[in-house]
Amino acid sequence: MSHTLVTFKNVCKNFEKIPAVKDINFDIGKGEFLAIMGPSGCGKTTTLRMLAGLEIPSSGEIRFNNRLMNNVKPHERDTPLVWQSLALFPFLNVQENVEFGLKMRGLSPKIRNKKSLEWLEKLEVKELAKRDISTLSGGQKQRVALARSLVMEPEILLLDEPLSALDAHLVIRMQAVLTQLQKELDITFVYVTHSQSEAFAMADRVIIMNVGEVSQIGTPKDIYRSPTNRFVAEFVGRNNILSGKVYDIKSNIAYIKTNAGCFNFQLDKNKPIQKGDKINYIISADLMNFSTVKPKKSNIINCRLISEEYVGSIVTLFLESTDGTEFKIQITERELSKFNIQNGNKYWLSWSEKNVHVLIEE
Amino acid sequence: MTKEKYLNFILITYLIFIFVFIFTPIAFSVIFSFNSQRFPTIPLGNFSLEWYIKIFNDPGVWQAAINSVIVSLVTCILATFLGFCTAYSDYRYRFKFKGLYLALVLLPPTIPLIILALAMLAWLSKIGMSGQLWSIICAHSVLTAPFAMAIIRLRLNQIDPDLESAAWNLGGSEWATMRYVILPYCKPAIISSLCLTAAVSFDEFAISWFVSGLNKTVPVIILEIVQGNIDPQVNAIGTFVFFTSMTLVITAQIFFLTWQMKGKNK
Repeated sequence: MSHTLVTFKNVCKNFEKIPAVKDINFDIGKGEFLAIMGPSGCGKTTTLRMLAGLEIPSSGEIRFNNRLMNNVKPHERDTPLVWQSLALFPFLNVQENVEFGLKMRGLSPKIRNKKSLEWLEKLEVKELAKRDISTLSGGQKQRVALARSLVMEPEILLLDEPLSALDAHLVIRMQAVLTQLQKELDITFVYVTHSQSEAFAMADRVIIMNVGEVSQIGTPKDIYRSPTNRFVAEFVGRNNILSGKVYDIKSNIAYIKTNAGCFNFQLDKNKPIQKGDKINYIISADLMNFSTVKPKKSNIINCRLISEEYVGSIVTLFLESTDGTEFKIQITERELSKFNIQNGNKYWLSWSEKNVHVLIEE
Repeated sequence: MTKEKYLNFILITYLIFIFVFIFTPIAFSVIFSFNSQRFPTIPLGNFSLEWYIKIFNDPGVWQAAINSVIVSLVTCILATFLGFCTAYSDYRYRFKFKGLYLALVLLPPTIPLIILALAMLAWLSKIGMSGQLWSIICAHSVLTAPFAMAIIRLRLNQIDPDLESAAWNLGGSEWATMRYVILPYCKPAIISSLCLTAAVSFDEFAISWFVSGLNKTVPVIILEIVQGNIDPQVNAIGTFVFFTSMTLVITAQIFFLTWQMKGKNK
């Protein structure tokens, strides 16, 4: 991270004594695309609203370019927000909406007109300039909302689940528009979402929040491949999580006993593990192998197929081992078509000891 | 299906009867205002503008009309302003005893007019303000502000709560947001409220009669004419009052309905 733009230090926020955000700490770098992700009620929107000054922190410090922002009014900040509801002004037309912020800044009508058209053009909706907001489609409104915020030419843009109301194919397109804009303009984006695919597709770094606390901060790959706690492992993606106890360690391989059977994993030098440790044994669903015949490997389990779920070309299979543990595996549709699978039949799952991620239980 | 048709037929007939019942006397008043005969009898006499000419030449009626216009104009502005402030404070803030505050605000129309009028007279004469145009304006504002508040509150209930924050977020101070977001958003409701409160004030008799003193308004002068003798002038004034009020009420209704429809389509 080059230069720090925003700092959250020990920030707490209570709503009538009920804590919404509990002691969060993190920095946002200049020009960074940061996603804040978590289930609903985790405090992600409250965090964003504090950044915009719409909520005042109960304690702690929020700094912007090292200036303390806690009591700066929303209109004295330069932190435009793209709202989940879009919040376009229904009584103004498209161009007037985009000009609103410039008008509040006291710019002359001539400059306002020029700048607003410039940004409408950048977002490819210039031809809608004189249209009524109510006549626009969801995707068009989205672009107008973005133009209205970006015309302020801020250092930071806040986005609160801006794509949640769009159709799936539009979401993909808008994601591309957003990432491209962010790179092109080189401004900081703080993007709040509950959608993992949105966060991972766009962000440089992701913050995972849970019940008002920061669970993990890292690059999408870090969070996906090496979750630091069980919540993140469960929340992010399709992980198979087994609990068990280490019963043996030989050279750099540890052996663990779980309800589903005995498995092993390769030790990581940075993570000291001893005999008798209770651990969470995590295998990502996409790192599992599927076969009809018993593979000659050490980490295998025989499971009954329960159901399958198709999302595009990727299939998720849900299976159950004899002791009742659920397993998930993701493979491509193309690969799966080689097997003639049927619900209720038994298949073999296997994985390499190198692909196991381990968390020591506290 | 047929059952539904019968029901519809009955309801429509019923509706027509109600309209006939309400509008016949008014229609007759309009008709007789153009009748040359002194007494409202059938068969009618000739078409004549005699009574209109008479009231046109009567300085008393003119004065009353001017008074009424001034009173209803000032009242509608005052009442709408008060109503807007109350509605906005209800929309924006949460505070203790808000329920009580709202109940108090909505109280005046529930008090019988005579009692309100008497109380107003007593109070205004105590503070030396009775018998002036201002007294009527004060009293009418008290009476009509709750209507204004109700209409504007309805509109504010439809606002996207993020709209105001969005304006702050784009650099609008609280006052600028009021001016450029809240007021434009409430515009149809404000126009609606201006028309409706003006109509109520223009028609109102009891309070005007008690507190007006020598500054008679139109309804007061109608009573005076009727008390004196039966004079078709009253029909002419009545027609004039009726059309003024109807225009205001219908304008209010048009603005009210358009925004209600828009709200539903959204």
